[in-house]
Amino acid sequence: MTDCVIEIRELVKEFGSLRALDGLDLTVERGEVHGFLGPNGAGKSTTIRVLLGLLRKDGGEARLLGGDPWRQAAELHARLAYVPGDVNLWPNLTGGEVIDLLGRLRGGLDERRRADLLECFDLDPTKKGRSYSKGNRQKVALVAALASDVELLLLDEPTSGLDPLMEAVFRDCIDDFRSEGHSVLLSSHILAEVEHLCDRVSIIRAGRCVESGTLAGLRHLTRTSITADLATVPAGLADLPGVHDVDVDNHRVHLEVDTTALDAVLDLLQTGGVRSLESQPPTLEDLFLRHYVDHAETERADRAGEDVRR
Amino acid sequence: MTGTLVLLRAFLRRDRWMYLWWPVGIVILYVSQGWSVDGLYRTQEEFDKAAAGMEGNAALIAMAGPARALNTTGGQVAWQAAAFGAILVGLMSMFLIGRHTRSEEESGRDELLRAAPVGRYAALTAAVLDAALANLVVGLLTAGSLAAYGLAVADSLGLGLGLTACGWLFTGTALLGAQLTTSTRAAYGLAGTVIGLAYALRAFGDVSTAALSWLSPIGWYQAMHAFSGLRWWPAVLLLVGTVAGLAAAYAVFDRRDYGSGVLPARPGPARAGRGLSTGLGLAWRLQRPAVLAWTLGLLLGGLGFGTMGDDIGDLIGDSGTSRDLMLQGSTDLVDGFYATLMLMLALLAAGFSISSSLRPHGEENAGRVETLLATALRRSTWLGGHVVVTVAGTVATMAAAGLGLGTSYALVTGDGDAVLRMTWQVLSLSPAVLVLSGFARLVHGALPRAVLLSWLALLLACVVLFFGELFQLPRWFQDLSPFEHLALVPLEPFRWGPFVALTAVAAALSVAGQIAFRRRDVH
Repeated sequence: MTDCVIEIRELVKEFGSLRALDGLDLTVERGEVHGFLGPNGAGKSTTIRVLLGLLRKDGGEARLLGGDPWRQAAELHARLAYVPGDVNLWPNLTGGEVIDLLGRLRGGLDERRRADLLECFDLDPTKKGRSYSKGNRQKVALVAALASDVELLLLDEPTSGLDPLMEAVFRDCIDDFRSEGHSVLLSSHILAEVEHLCDRVSIIRAGRCVESGTLAGLRHLTRTSITADLATVPAGLADLPGVHDVDVDNHRVHLEVDTTALDAVLDLLQTGGVRSLESQPPTLEDLFLRHYVDHAETERADRAGEDVRR
Repeated sequence: MTGTLVLLRAFLRRDRWMYLWWPVGIVILYVSQGWSVDGLYRTQEEFDKAAAGMEGNAALIAMAGPARALNTTGGQVAWQAAAFGAILVGLMSMFLIGRHTRSEEESGRDELLRAAPVGRYAALTAAVLDAALANLVVGLLTAGSLAAYGLAVADSLGLGLGLTACGWLFTGTALLGAQLTTSTRAAYGLAGTVIGLAYALRAFGDVSTAALSWLSPIGWYQAMHAFSGLRWWPAVLLLVGTVAGLAAAYAVFDRRDYGSGVLPARPGPARAGRGLSTGLGLAWRLQRPAVLAWTLGLLLGGLGFGTMGDDIGDLIGDSGTSRDLMLQGSTDLVDGFYATLMLMLALLAAGFSISSSLRPHGEENAGRVETLLATALRRSTWLGGHVVVTVAGTVATMAAAGLGLGTSYALVTGDGDAVLRMTWQVLSLSPAVLVLSGFARLVHGALPRAVLLSWLALLLACVVLFFGELFQLPRWFQDLSPFEHLALVPLEPFRWGPFVALTAVAAALSVAGQIAFRRRDVH
């Protein structure tokens, strides 16, 4: 097997009658930043908690850094750091104390990096936990994680309370971390952040992985939008395979095309004499929305069908 | 003031249980004194004799208040209940004010309200009215119950409404505290200190310089002399104090920014001390305030009880019921009394021990465990740290209780050996306390949703202790309380057998709880 830091196959986790993870697959290779996407309640946090050995899996396989996340939890945890989306601090411990405590429990932290990070994130370590805002609590956990000497970061919506400036600092930190050959699993709803940082992404839905691959690869699965000014609009554009939503306004054409069918469309456009051409690759947001909207629609249709059959 | 009444209605709805339990508890405190006095002494002569004994006991006067008309039922009720009643209405007012003002502001919920079309002072005023009303309910119910019990109507009214005025005054100080500090905890600390100071001032004043008692609101309340020549003018002092406290609170509220206080939140250390690097270090750091407070409290409690020395007979009199209640059916007055006292101290220590055992549960609920267990800290080490603190803290609180009891007993009677003897005797009850605390740990480990069961176990032990003999509860039921299996020191000689056996049971429960925790999901 290749060098994988996280390998999950057919993972199942049930809470009573609720099947939170329903045969989930996920692979994170060493040295990559892996985006973990999905709507609220899709099972992202549950997956991370299983990986941390906080929850016991009900089926399937989960390997973390080559070990068993449940049985070897403590040993494995010395090699990773975790930042939850909702950081709860002890009301009477200062931020500095929490950073030191978590660092020491992980087996020591880099003093220089600790000082640098406090400065970069502009965090006052002498405030008590109860007086930090949500964003500052998040920073405490981030500094504690990034100042430790680890090879894997598990981040569960780590920037949900940060301002854009701090988000930029966070991106730089992750870039540095990756350049040292380390790996990151990044669950996030901030798609621009995922697009910027991640080498590969996995999209999950209802406890199952529905899409996984490089961003470039995933883009192939969706449509590019094209706007062109032409001398004459060639006939048969709408009949080409993979072309959707053709809109002709005088000499101006707008259309959406499946990325795999791009070639044929460009050929045909050329015959009309192209004066200007704009093409927009699909954003991750398009991809994400398409996945969910489509699914939601098919599901509604399925349900409607069932109702009719009944 | 727009919206004050709407808010008041919402507050009253949130407080409906507090409106039930606080008045009921306080009324019971007052009326039960009447019952117990009337049940205890069969003849006036007996009553006079006991009263004379109490009047000369400085410790009791420091604990309750100036001794007046102690050979009447009303005098006894006022004497025994007033100081504690005042503390209770102080606490009730403090909690009511805290939860509707500073706590709301701290959590940010208040911001939603203030963004709505309500007046600037609406929430503050609604909280004051809420607390004022609660104190009025307490006072009127107390007065009514005492009058219904058959005591003089005017004096009952004086004792009840004086209590109301006392509560109003503490409402004012609590409101001021909530404006000065930035956290609910600190606000409670400030308001609680005022109540404690008021009690301490009158305690010192009543046994030494009477002038000190005149500095204390509780002293003013007792200066109304209910059931011993009622006079109303000290109540004016309470009302003036109330107005002053409220005015100061409103003035501070007007001048401060939303979300801030006047006393600054102190910055803490930027680096963690050496101790804060292990599970045990963290557990100690988190539980330290509770351990120290309980240890100090039980030390003081022991000191207070011990001052009774050997004069138990005078206090208890010769009635049968009181003997059943206090002496565990024995004929040896002093030993029986102290055996009961030690059990009561042990039950208090069990309160600490159970809440300490449930601290990991609180941490888990607050979502602070996940981040910890995501480090190299093992589950068993994390929980083990708390277990060590709980067990050591339990032993410390019980040793403090015994030390206090023995020290003041030795001072009063001149029996120097009592210090070590009584410390050991109280400590010898610790296996039963640890059984209750181990049970709590098992519940947390195996059935985290049912942690209430741990408190039911303590309740059961209390019921067996206080009512087991009195109501002849079935043997098997009494045997459910771990205390029933230990030697009843100092009435019975200490026995190693049950001590060792119960220690083993406690250890087994605790280990089972820790194993169960290791196997389940952490939330």
